[in-house]
Amino acid sequence: MGKVLMKGNEAVAEAAVLGGCKYFFGYPITPQNEIPEYMARRLPEVGGTFLQAESEISAINMVFGASGSGARVMTSSSGPGISLKQEGISYLAGAELPCVIVNMVRGGPGLGNIGPAQSDYFQATRGGGHGDYRLIVFGPASVQELVDVTIEAFELADRYRSPVMILGDGILGQMMEPVEFKTAKIKEGPDKPWATTGAKGRKRNLITSLYIVPEELEKHCLKLKAKYDEISANEKRYESYFTDDAEIVLAAYGTTARICKAVVDRAREDGIKAGLIRPVTLWPFPDRPFNEAADYARAFLTVEMSNGQMVDDVRLAVNGKKPVYFYGRTGGIVPSKAEIYAEVRKILEGGAR
Amino acid sequence: MLEELIIAGFGGQGVMSMGQLLTYAGMIEDKHVAWIPSYGPEMRGGTANCAVTISDREISSPVVTEPTSVIIMNQPSLEKFERVLKPGGLLIINSSLVSKKAIRNDIKVVEIAADELANERLGNTRVANIIILGAYIKLTKVVTIDSVIESLKKVLPERRHNLIPLNRQALELGAEIV
Amino acid sequence: MEKVFTRPKSMTDKPMHFCPGCTHGVIQRLVAEVIDELGIQEDTIAVGPVGCAVFCYDYWDVDFHQASHGRAPAVATGVKRVHPDKVVFTLQGDGDIAAIGTTEIIHAAARGEKITCLFVNNSIYGMTGGQMAPTSVLSQKTTTTPAGRDKNQIGYPVKLTEMLAVLDGTAYCARVSVHNPANILKAKEVIRKAFEVQLNKEGFSLVEILSTCPTNWGLPPVEAVKWLENNMIPCFPLGEYKVAGEVQR
Ligand SMILES: Cc1ncc(C[n+]2csc(CCOP(=O)(O)OP(=O)(O)O)c2C)c(N)n1
Ligand code: SF4
Ligand SMILES: [Mg+2]
Repeated sequence: MGKVLMKGNEAVAEAAVLGGCKYFFGYPITPQNEIPEYMARRLPEVGGTFLQAESEISAINMVFGASGSGARVMTSSSGPGISLKQEGISYLAGAELPCVIVNMVRGGPGLGNIGPAQSDYFQATRGGGHGDYRLIVFGPASVQELVDVTIEAFELADRYRSPVMILGDGILGQMMEPVEFKTAKIKEGPDKPWATTGAKGRKRNLITSLYIVPEELEKHCLKLKAKYDEISANEKRYESYFTDDAEIVLAAYGTTARICKAVVDRAREDGIKAGLIRPVTLWPFPDRPFNEAADYARAFLTVEMSNGQMVDDVRLAVNGKKPVYFYGRTGGIVPSKAEIYAEVRKILEGGAR
Repeated sequence: MLEELIIAGFGGQGVMSMGQLLTYAGMIEDKHVAWIPSYGPEMRGGTANCAVTISDREISSPVVTEPTSVIIMNQPSLEKFERVLKPGGLLIINSSLVSKKAIRNDIKVVEIAADELANERLGNTRVANIIILGAYIKLTKVVTIDSVIESLKKVLPERRHNLIPLNRQALELGAEIV
Repeated sequence: MEKVFTRPKSMTDKPMHFCPGCTHGVIQRLVAEVIDELGIQEDTIAVGPVGCAVFCYDYWDVDFHQASHGRAPAVATGVKRVHPDKVVFTLQGDGDIAAIGTTEIIHAAARGEKITCLFVNNSIYGMTGGQMAPTSVLSQKTTTTPAGRDKNQIGYPVKLTEMLAVLDGTAYCARVSVHNPANILKAKEVIRKAFEVQLNKEGFSLVEILSTCPTNWGLPPVEAVKWLENNMIPCFPLGEYKVAGEVQR
């Protein structure tokens, strides 16, 4: 199959189908409605099921049931809907159930607006619901990458028995770019001996997140921690763009990283040694490239469509070696190249240490 | 070559599909392309716009904040987008729909009375957009008219392929008048 | 000359944002007229939905809360418990009240919360662009039921007014429509009655109002009116379902 021109939302849906997703439960919310609408047409063609739930709370619990029954399953939403799903996500993490959750982030807090935003970073990378858990979180920056990480997300979810979140934004969902679906055949999930299928010829399976005895819950949480440590060791992804000799290193993910790339191009044309580190996984956060760049770069500039969330992780990674600045626009506003470039110049001219 | 175009008008004027057609044509020519629509409340009854990027090399940013060209199909959009056009950039105005004039003199301004042309020369105002697209392609050479026709074949359902000759006429008319 | 058609006092002069031919605007106006006639503008606190009516605070000049999607009856409960002598009402779409907010409306009604809920049923999700609603009728095509609503897959439309009428907590439940002048007059009468039930401290009142969505039904306004008559009224019969605490049918 050659390249096709597709909207991010439709591409993520098709990628899920190729990744083996057979069940989709969702509830409408802008700017991600093309995902459920695509699934409503597409899933019946591959013998799957699309169901519009009465709320996001129901949708995520339908995901719980389908995942616990062994299926590859997905849901998608945006800001307010993802907030409602947090209880369910905590239960999924607690019961170690795999699934893929897409958040095409919009402006918050509250009803906010439907413009593109990155203000759900904390919610996605810090757990979001109650309890001691993590999600694997991808922050793709192009429609192609959205497709690639979605297919991979189903694999990782099953491998680690964990929910995986894809953190996009309104622009990524609405944008059309050429994509290639490198996976020709629809994938299938692994055998899941832990799933509920009817206890025929085996001991019954129990899907639960309840551990009433403190010692047992601690043991369970330590097991989860060991899993998260393993994920941290194996699954960090990032892209470096002109960082080898960079005096100033920009840090950005998703749509904002695309704009920052153009800023780096512009700066290089003007003889300014700028570079970009673009985390592809937001959790686990790729801290090493930042820490290494801190040995030679003069300063870092984190750019986000928020009031500053990922900047905390950049500061932890840089660990005080060099100053980490922040520039952000919020409320559905996209920062412009000119604004970011002005910030870069200001930092360098201000003689950052 | 890095062409960053904004097309703006009222919702329902075909602004979005014009941009998609061009994006598709760029992809057919193996160029790097991206298309971003404005979306949201402003779409309902209000102004709609889309950004098209066509480039020889990988596109750093598909978000267009300083376009190299702008196509304007309604008055409010003229005020909004003339300001952000790059110096030396191309501004095409459908003067059948916009009575105001551009005010900057560091840009190239082309006015096309596309609705009248479409009506008088082709007997169909629906292809006014396509006339403008033809003019734009002639002036910027980002893609060829043949690629646009190729993409029409892919975008239009089979039963609408009878419209293709009319669209070719409109593209050629647009190219001819500038 | 006597002025016969003026803007209600409790209505602002802000132009409405609804699509051409949408009857949401008619409902906004009827509510303002009722508020004026009852002389309660300064005693009313409204709670708005998430849906096409989300900007109703721009049109009604009364104190207002903007609730999250579906939760207006819970917000209204909080308001009413703090201000038991004020008139507290919600306005909600079908997705808001009969899908995501089912819990809130059922329990507000069951508690006999002395509030009024106005439910705009247009059998579709208007604001988000035409997805299936809990009230979409069988065979109705929407963006998430491209082949039409199939009862074997997705079941049947929710008949909220009938459901709430059987709860002991409700005092008044009725269904009206605003698709033609005669029905608009009737709708206004019923909305007024629902507010009076609250003013008389009789208990919970609900009015379901059938409304058009030409945009997402993909129909010109005149045909949308016909579609409502031919497809919605048979599924959602008009009339009073509960009066003075007595189930009517
Ligand atoms: C938690 C949450 N989920 C989803 C949405 C998106 N949303 C906005 S309005 C709406 C439904 C609109 O339909 P309805 O209530 O029938 O009102 P209408 O627009 O038809 O009047 C939805 C799903 C939201 N704002 N919040
Ligand atoms: S989308 Fe439908 S319900 Fe909403 S304003 Fe338009 S016609 Fe009315
Ligand atoms: Mg509705």
